[in-house]
Order: sequence, then structure tokens, then C-alpha cells
Amino acid sequence: MTAIYRHRLFWPIVALVTLIVINAVARPQFIKIRVQDGELYGPLISILRDSAPLMLVALGMTIVIATRGIDLSVGAIMAVSGAVALTIIDGAEDPGNVGTVLIACIVAVLVSLVLGAWNGFLVSVVGIQPIIATLVLMLAGRGVALLITGGFITTVNSEPYSFIASGYLFALPFAFLIGVVAIVILSLVERRTALGVLTEAVGINPEASRLAGVRSRSIIWGAYIVSGTLAGVAGLIYASNIKAADANAAGVFIELYAILAVVLGGTSLNGGKFSIAGTVVGVLIIQTLDSTILFLGVSSAQSPVFFAIVVVIVVIVQSARLRDGLAALTARVRSRGAGVQDSDKVEVA
Amino acid sequence: MTVDIDVPPIVEMRGITIRFPGVLALDGVDFTLRPGEVHSLMGENGAGKSTLIKALTGVYGIDAGSITVAGERRTFSTAADAQDAGISTVYQEVNLCTNLTVGENVMLGHEQRRGTGIDWKATHREAARHLESLGLSLDTRSMLASHSIAIQQLVAISRAMVLDAKVLILDEPTSSLDRGEVEQLFGVIRDLRGKGVAILFVSHFLDQVYEISDRITVLRNGTLVGEHPIAELPRDALVTKMIGRELEDLAAIANSSHRVIDRTGTPVVKATGLGKRGVLEPADLEIYEGEVVGIAGLLGSGRTELVRLLYGADRADEGEVEVHGKGTKVHQPRHAIEHRISLSSENRREEGVVADLTVAENIVLGIQARQGWMRKIPKKDQDAVVKEYIEALGVRPANPNALVGNLSGGNQQKVLLARWLATAPELLVLDEPTRGIDVGAKADIQRKVAELSAQGLSVIFISSELEEVLRLAQRVVVLRDRRKIGELDAADTDLDTLIDYIANAGEGSAA
Repeated sequence: MTAIYRHRLFWPIVALVTLIVINAVARPQFIKIRVQDGELYGPLISILRDSAPLMLVALGMTIVIATRGIDLSVGAIMAVSGAVALTIIDGAEDPGNVGTVLIACIVAVLVSLVLGAWNGFLVSVVGIQPIIATLVLMLAGRGVALLITGGFITTVNSEPYSFIASGYLFALPFAFLIGVVAIVILSLVERRTALGVLTEAVGINPEASRLAGVRSRSIIWGAYIVSGTLAGVAGLIYASNIKAADANAAGVFIELYAILAVVLGGTSLNGGKFSIAGTVVGVLIIQTLDSTILFLGVSSAQSPVFFAIVVVIVVIVQSARLRDGLAALTARVRSRGAGVQDSDKVEVA
Repeated sequence: MTVDIDVPPIVEMRGITIRFPGVLALDGVDFTLRPGEVHSLMGENGAGKSTLIKALTGVYGIDAGSITVAGERRTFSTAADAQDAGISTVYQEVNLCTNLTVGENVMLGHEQRRGTGIDWKATHREAARHLESLGLSLDTRSMLASHSIAIQQLVAISRAMVLDAKVLILDEPTSSLDRGEVEQLFGVIRDLRGKGVAILFVSHFLDQVYEISDRITVLRNGTLVGEHPIAELPRDALVTKMIGRELEDLAAIANSSHRVIDRTGTPVVKATGLGKRGVLEPADLEIYEGEVVGIAGLLGSGRTELVRLLYGADRADEGEVEVHGKGTKVHQPRHAIEHRISLSSENRREEGVVADLTVAENIVLGIQARQGWMRKIPKKDQDAVVKEYIEALGVRPANPNALVGNLSGGNQQKVLLARWLATAPELLVLDEPTRGIDVGAKADIQRKVAELSAQGLSVIFISSELEEVLRLAQRVVVLRDRRKIGELDAADTDLDTLIDYIANAGEGSAA
């Protein structure tokens, strides 16, 4: 029992399940899943689909944070990626052509990869602090995206491109499957190869790792490339969802939500040990919370406050120090004799 | 100096028991500290010294027993509680803010106030007064980082005095100090003792323990072995009590320096004119198969710098390195590792172990780094390597999944040694491998070095303890003021000759 209780995914999962239960109790249709034309629908399915962009960005962020870094430019990269893809599709003779869309997506992702490589270059080769290095692109990226779209919101009507965000494959939303593929690939690469442990070593003690012969620079550089690339894919999904490249709205604040997801998943911002499964749970918590706000009919003016309150509660519940503190307090109160009635209050811990 | 036994103790610890998951760290230990004495706490790594200190400073809670400070029974749940009770600690790694000034560090939290602000002038004056009372005249407005570790430690002690400490705990304060600095520190300690401060002293240097202590408490495996006035406990008796067996091991290693090395062939590694502006004047160095080359010199003489250049940890701006007669570029540690050169840094915590990884992960790190991330070493092979080295080097606890950060210094050093031996090096560079570790672990490591070099491994061995260098090495390279001043044959060099050489040789010749 203690093993389960102490597992680092215990509290994040408790938070997620609690959110789902609250929703289900408030409105039972929340957990209903309909099958229509062999495709699944329902609030839970929507959460899975809508979580895809954040999922991709948060996965990349996990790797970057594991190296002691941070990537603030992911939202801007999303904007650039969407702008590149839609500009290509818009300029093509046949926007509905699958080949066109495929080329547009590949180019957009490659551009994102280059942007990630730029971040990685600044951090690992030039030695600029990650927060500053990625801030450059965070601020400049949207300008680049606007430049690409010529200052307009490029809209397209392309069947294959819309498929990315709203299509279905194997009865599940295609966007969700993209997220799953990213999770699987990343987990396999990190754990089946030695990349995971080397990344952790670099994140915990960069100098010791370098002296041990680890290619710290390449590992850190690689992390930003992965983050940029995944953000590019996220940008494609976002743009597909609204069928437009909106440089000012794409991925706004997503870097902060991604960091939040990583932290909720139990990965420390100090770098080192990371958990991809934790990040996945963290993303689902955030997305479920987002839906909860809509679902419970919280007015849009109040929703940030509501969101903030829930996040604070989740973070406090997860705080090991707080739990230890309460445990110590309980023990102390107990040792002073069971007669002290106040001990009941502390038991909540 | 003897302490009046009738003086009531300032600290009385009775039957202290502390359990960690799976380990009984302290088992009913008694410890008494009286005002105006210097009391050394002795024991091997893992004996429970640190645990006892942490119980006294409120870092660990105790599971049984009692702590009485100045006649009052105390329960410390935080380090601040202990500090309020007048117990201050100065650690091996100075825990001050190096980016603040000396004065700010001394007075932190006790700044002189004026209205709502701080009267910096008065604060610095007060800091200077405290420093002067320890015989230190420092510019209180200079950055702490600009001073040597020794001065920083004395600043830490001044800070403890600002807190009005009745009990001062000095945990390995001398491990990075040179002889003169140790004298200065001891002067301060004697002064404080005269003022009635009780001093708990922990050091691995027996000479220093005997020089400064009034009384010794010996721990072994978490239990109390005994408390003795210094005069009643000769050195060999102390060592025997600490390790629980006669120390014949070190004597058995002694012959290593007389081994004859065949220096006719090609050296395993040869450096010519290796240097870096402002760091090290160009120096030559060659190491033959199976040879142990000692590097001697004071702290800061350039011995660490020399091997860092050789290893590619720092980039040399002149000179060449040849491995087996072939010129090679060594600009990065991994280049060195590819040529089977390994370096174990003197700075175990910052540059050695990866604290939050397990023993197994730390051991495998070296071979995995060489293989690259694509080719993960199969779990089965990892386990085999880890098991082999944990056994061969006697790493304790022998648990591959323990976090390295939780191991004692000696065991961390063994893990590092395992990491490098697993890469099958041809040249192993050990920079201060025995610093801050206990006698038993020291003997283990020295024995391993002697054994491996007899099998053909070439070793560069750096140590501040010259006996160690002379015992292990066949040849000793001496550095001073960032310059190589010569080489000695260890077989016909004794300690006095070596010390004299370090201090005086080459005087004037370079002028």
C-alpha cells in the first residue's frame, strides 16, 4: 500500500480522477461515450482531442526541463509553423490536394526544427541562459509568423488539412493519435536507449557528466530540437482546428501551461529526473480542468480565477514538504497524548 | 590542556538512537561536550559522526534518547532551533553567500538597523569588530568569493560568534587548507576555547586531531566505542578503535614504490610542453605502463591544472599529447576517454558523482557515455559490471539502487573509482582520491591502486598526504607556483627530502 501511496504518479492521478469524478457527479453525461459511424464522441473524447497541442508541447518541455533548461518559445514556434503551412497551402493551386498538404506540413515542421536548433545553439554552444535564449524567439517568433502571412490571418479551406484536427482514425480523433505516437516514440527513445539516463545526468550535474565523457552539448542541443519540432506539430494541429494561421493567437501562454503540466507530473524545474508519464497526466489534468470550467458553466470572466484556485490546490496536495510537515505535526500531536482533541483536524493530511 | 571534569557539560546527549529505512544509523550513543574544550569526534565513514552532528544541529530528529543543552532538555526539529540554543556549525563546504561581501555574510540577519533601513556603516563596523576578535583584519566590503576557502571558513566562524554560539561544530574544516591556514584556524580555535566556547572538531587528519583536541570520542558502526582524554589514547590505539582491526594493510602497500618500471619503450602517455596561459607554465610529463606517477605540491601549485589539461577538462593552448607514441588531440574529456585516459576529479561532489542517480547508474555512466546514447548497455551487462565493482571495491551499502548522494564520501569515491575502472583505462588519473575519507576506505583505495598498477595500469596519483604519494608512486613530479620544478625517484626519497624539495628546490633557477 505504501508503495502505491509513495509512487510519484499517485497524487497527479488522484487529482485527475477527482476532477473527472466531480464532473461526472455534476453532470453524468460527462463520462458518456457515444459511437457514431464507428467513431467515438463525448466530453472525455473531446478532452483527449483538444489536449493534443499541449501534449506535444509539454512532452518537448519535459525533455528540456530535464536538462535544467526551459523553452519559452514554443508558442511562437507554433505560430510560425501554422503560418508556414497555411501560406504554402493557400498559395498552392489545389489546396485540397493531399500531397500539397503533406509538403506544407513537412516544411512547417522542418522550419520548427530549425528554430529549435537555434534555441539549442544559443543555450548549448553560446552558453546563454535558457530563459533568455528562448525569450528571444518567444518575442521575435510571432513577428516572423506575421511576416510570413503578410500581416493577415491566412485562412484556408482544405479538406485534408482539416483532417489533422478534426479527422478520425481507428475510431479515435487523429489529433489524439498524433499525441499518442509522440508519447510512444519519446518513451521508447528515452528508455530503450541511454538517452534518458544521460539526459538526467546532464540535468543533475552538467560538469560531472562532461568529465565522465557525456556529450552534454549534443544532449542539450537535441532537447531543444525535439521541443521545437513537437511545438511545430502542435502548431499544425492548432491551425487546422481553426482553419487559419493566426499569428497573434496561436499558442498564446502555452509555454506556461506546458511548464505547469510538467511540474504537475512531478518533474522538478531543477532538472534531472523526469517522467513522461507524469507529464501526460499533467496535461490531462489541465485539459480536464479546462473542460470542467466550460462544463460547470463558470462565466468566462471568472474562469481564470477558478483555474488558478484548482491549480493551487493540486500543487499544494502534491507538495512533499507540506505532506511531511503535516505528518510530523500529526506525530507530534499524537506523542503529546491522544487527549489533545486538535489532532483530529490534522488527520486530514 | 585538561578540562575540569566538574564543569557542568554544555551538551549532553544520552542514548541517541536514529533509524533510517533499513539502517540503524546510531544505536544508543552518549556524547558529552564541556565548555572550553576541543572535543574530536572520530570514526570511519559510516560510523555515525555526521548523523550525530545532524542530531545535535536539528537536521535529523532522534528516535530515542535525550539532548540536554546548558542544563535544559531540548528537542530540535529544525536547524534554527539548534542555532537558537547556541549551537553553530561550520561545514567542510562553506555555507555562506559567496556573492555577498564579507561584512554582509558575518552580520546576515543581524544587521544594525536605523529606522526602517539598515545602517551599513555600523553593520560593517560591527562585522570588523567580530573579525578582529578572531585576529582577522579583512576589508568587510570585499566580496567573500574573492577570499580563499580558509578565510571564508574563518568568516563562517565569525558569523557563528555573532550568533553568540556556545557550541561550535567544525566539520572537516581543514580539508582544503594548507599548513599555514590550518595554523591560523587553530589559533582561532584555541582563542575561542579560552573564552569558554565548546568546540566539536571533526577531521580525518590524525596530526591535527592530536594537535588541537583535549578529548576524543570514538564511534564505530553507529555505536559508541569510548570517550578518552587525548593523553590517554595513543594514535595506534585510536586507529585500532576506529576500524576495529589492526592496520597492517597500509604497511603491506609500502613496497609499491620500489617496483622497477621498464622505461625503455614508448610511454603510454606523453605530454610535451603542455600549458595554458595564466594556469600552468608548459610542463612535460610521461607515464609508462604499470607506473604510478605521484604529483606533489601545495594546493594551488598547478597539480590539478596539469592533469585537467592532460585530460581535456580544460583546453591547453600549447603543447602536445601523445598516446602510445601517436600524437592526439585531447580537447574534451571524451577524447581522453576514447584514448583510455580517465580522470577522477578532486571535487567529488561538483565534478564527480551525479548525486540524484543511483550507484549503478553512476558506475555505468562512464562506459555508457563512451558507447553513446544510441547503444544502451543491456541491463544484464550493467548489473554484472555494477555487481563486480561493488564487490571488488567494497562499496557500502552494497545496494546498486541507493542514491549516490546518500553515500558517505569514501563510498562515493569508490563508486567513482568503479566508474573509471569499468571503462578499462590504460591511464587512470586520481586527483585527491583519499581526501576527506576514512582510514579504512583510504587503505582500500591505495591497495586497489597498487594492485592495478602491478597488473599494468598506469596511474597518476595526486595527494596532499605526501606519505601516500611516496608509498604508491615510483616517481614523483613536483610542482610549485604553477610550474613543474622537477622529478624525484620515490625509492630513494623520504618524506623530509620531498618536503624540502617542494619548499626549496629550483629556487632562483627560473629567475
